[in-house]
Amino acid sequence: MTVPDSKQPANFSFAVREAHRPAWAVFGERTLTGLIYLCGISAIVFVLSIFVFVFKEAAPVLFGGKFSLAQFLFSTEWYPTSEVNKRYGVLAMIVGTFSVTGVAMVIAVPFGLGAAIYISEFCGPKVKETLKIVIELLAAIPSVVWGFIGLTVMSKLIVQYTGAPVGVNILNGGIILALMSVPIIVSIGEDALKAVPDSFREAGIALGATRWQLIWRVLMPAAKNGLLAAVLLGVGRGVGETMAVLMATGHAVHIPSGILDSVRTLTANIAAELGEAPAGSDHYRVLFLTGVLLFTLTFAVNLIADLIVRGIRKK
Amino acid sequence: MTAEKHIEVQDLRLAYGTKEVIHGISFDIYRNEIFGVIGPAQSAKTSLLRCLNRTIDFSAEATVSGTVKVDGEDVRRVKDLYGLRRKIGMVAPLPVGLPISIYDNVAFAPRCAGMTRNGELDNIVEQCLRQAALWDEVKDRLDSLGTKLSGGQQQRLTIARALSHQPEILCLDEFSIAIDPVTTMRIEDVLKELRKNMTIILVTNLTQQARRLADRTMFLWNGEIIELDSNEVIFSDKTKDKRTYDYVMGIFG
Repeated sequence: MTVPDSKQPANFSFAVREAHRPAWAVFGERTLTGLIYLCGISAIVFVLSIFVFVFKEAAPVLFGGKFSLAQFLFSTEWYPTSEVNKRYGVLAMIVGTFSVTGVAMVIAVPFGLGAAIYISEFCGPKVKETLKIVIELLAAIPSVVWGFIGLTVMSKLIVQYTGAPVGVNILNGGIILALMSVPIIVSIGEDALKAVPDSFREAGIALGATRWQLIWRVLMPAAKNGLLAAVLLGVGRGVGETMAVLMATGHAVHIPSGILDSVRTLTANIAAELGEAPAGSDHYRVLFLTGVLLFTLTFAVNLIADLIVRGIRKK
Repeated sequence: MTAEKHIEVQDLRLAYGTKEVIHGISFDIYRNEIFGVIGPAQSAKTSLLRCLNRTIDFSAEATVSGTVKVDGEDVRRVKDLYGLRRKIGMVAPLPVGLPISIYDNVAFAPRCAGMTRNGELDNIVEQCLRQAALWDEVKDRLDSLGTKLSGGQQQRLTIARALSHQPEILCLDEFSIAIDPVTTMRIEDVLKELRKNMTIILVTNLTQQARRLADRTMFLWNGEIIELDSNEVIFSDKTKDKRTYDYVMGIFG
């Protein structure tokens, strides 16, 4: 690169270089820029079009007149196939989704972050490699297999140890979901901790910090955005997971009174009923409306997380 | 000189993997002196400091032999490692403001040592920031992140931090690279004050800085001591080794 002549405006040297480059290079670069722009835009296009499609399917019932949004959101009565009085209330399923996700996070967040800290800060290089490979394997197990484990192994254990009448319930779904979210939390959390420069560690240690003081006072603040992202992706997995919770939670529509009650989640409801609902019927459209609701929920979770992260950053 | 020995280094060798970077050096540092260390890049100045407070342990491939004694105690046999590190204030060559607030940066070491009373912490933070000539610039924004400060300010922040646990030994590794000359002079005046209470090891690329501040200066080159003597000798034409004279005079280096 030549040093720009100080008497000329700064962009002058650019213009000169551009003019001397062969036409194909300029063309190639423009094409590449365009392609990359398209790739970037496509994410937004896909998200928007999915939302539009789901909303379009749900819209007729929403604006049809007979349907009440308040009843949809705040009623626990879900009788979509009743002959005389069809009622579409998903409150029980909203509660179901949140309770299963909540239990899962209570288990998965400490476990996942703990494992991430162990892998990143405590264990030797050999253990580290082994653990990372095993955890990645854990992430690769299909959700239906998890559901199967919940349905057969976990439910028997729960009945045996808690005395619950049925083994497929919030606890079961929560544990299964936790097992599924932990690998995500671990690998992203570990990446976040690994990204903390060693100079921070050395500075903390030189000031006389013990290992725990270092983790608590230096690494956690330094990696908090990444760790928060790890937790939120775990939550996202919990809210969005379908197959495993469908099999492990018992699929009963009612407000749970305890951790050993069966529930149904929003996702499981869609998966189980969409195949049976006649296309274009109210039932079909209400299920799509449930999809819109799920979309809104995950969007809200992401938005809140973003605001929290921004809040932390501003400080 | 009949002063008491504060740090004794005997036949210290350090290797990273198979590459030896310190080839068996021995020297003593006396209590309350300012000990200058000069030498070109790759002369193992920083590695030497890391052997003192044993942060060298964090380089998995490093092997150390020989002894380093602080207050007569071998640092590799020391029982209270954290206590040892609190005894040594370390200012790293890269300014490393920790990603916590300015206040927390300076209060970090006292807190780690178990001090929690806010009044006491406030005093320490203010005093240390004043000593590092940073107080006036940051007193209104002690809550903002240490990493948001400019390079020179971060460097002074690390000095304040190193002073916060009232160390007996202060290691300054290139403390003034990013600091303007006027502020540097202010800090140098503070150092002259501080030596009443502590021993100062001054690693620097600015030979003139070592000349201004140090009592004795050690010229390291490729992990060996070329010459170690009082400043009157090192910064004169009476040096025993011609290389020292050439380096100090800027003929090579």
